[in-house]
Amino acid sequence: MIGVGKIKQYSNVLDKPLSKGKQEVSLSAFAFLFSELVQYNQTQVDNIAELERRLEDAGYAVGARVLELLCHRDKGNRRETRLLGILSFVHSTVWKVLFGKVADSLEKGTEHEDEYMISEKELLVNRFISIPKDMGTFNCGAFVAGIVRGVLDGAGFPAVVTAHFVPVEGQHRPRTTILIKFAEEVLRREARLG
Amino acid sequence: MPPVGPRSGDAIFANIERVNAELFTLTYGAIVRQLLTDLEEVEEVNKQLDQMGYNIGIRLIDEFLAKSNVSRCVDFKETAEVIAKVGFKMFLGVTASVTNWDADGTCCSIVLEDNPLVDFVELPDTCQGLYYCNILSGVVRGALEMVSMKTEISWIRDMLRGDDAFELQVKLLKQIPEEYPYKDDE
Repeated sequence: MIGVGKIKQYSNVLDKPLSKGKQEVSLSAFAFLFSELVQYNQTQVDNIAELERRLEDAGYAVGARVLELLCHRDKGNRRETRLLGILSFVHSTVWKVLFGKVADSLEKGTEHEDEYMISEKELLVNRFISIPKDMGTFNCGAFVAGIVRGVLDGAGFPAVVTAHFVPVEGQHRPRTTILIKFAEEVLRREARLG
Repeated sequence: MPPVGPRSGDAIFANIERVNAELFTLTYGAIVRQLLTDLEEVEEVNKQLDQMGYNIGIRLIDEFLAKSNVSRCVDFKETAEVIAKVGFKMFLGVTASVTNWDADGTCCSIVLEDNPLVDFVELPDTCQGLYYCNILSGVVRGALEMVSMKTEISWIRDMLRGDDAFELQVKLLKQIPEEYPYKDDE
């Protein structure tokens, strides 16, 4: 019947116009879903490292899609080719779309040339999570580390990305730092570009 | 004084913390993809999604009751309306409608025209048996079970399968009478 369904049918998902990305869902809906992701993966592993790896994999899949989506929607189909460009894309554009704000800080590692850190006082995915003592250094931020790795990898900047808790003086909860260690080839290319 | 009487889904949604729907959508997609890789069988994935939804539903009902001021519904009809108008709005920001009641008022359909779970999604040929949004049916089933209603929920229409909307059929199997010890503190 004409005019009954509000939404037009598209036979192919690619024919559908790209949304502006302004739609929202409740934070609880996301928190519930994320908690199920963590709990399900917990049943599939027998150690912390494996659990973090699986969360990172899930994040990677998100990151790869976010890169494509944002380059298309916000950057007129151009993507960054320089190291600082892609880092600030992650720290500002990606963070803003996914978490509603720019990340608290982006720093260069002092000891190693190839390391960068994105820090967040209260990372969204860690907000409703408490880590039992026997799970030691486990960090749900592994999911966000995976997102970052997905974006970087897709843009041609392969890196090892990990999430860590860093205690902050005078603060009850530690902040989360996403540590990015770029592959050698990335730095060589960057040096060549001058 | 907090307002008395049920609050509208829109009012609640406007006042709670929200996140970008794309983060939610893509995270859900990552979950479905993990399940497909792990479990291999589409049927098993449907089951696992339903189970995850159920786990969410039994927890989500607390937040729902706390924030909506909805008290005991007089009948299943009111329950269905509340799920569609308040529940879906409050958590997913979308409005659903209730239709197709059977004669004795124990079976109806909740229809969604907009569903944030399926943005960017296309079902490949290998996944035709997948109920992509099966987590939603689990949520509704789990939440209703916590208010003493045993239900059976099935998908009648699915936009990913070429239908014009999402239609969730909710069938009331039985209402479990509350027995001593009562679960609430009244």
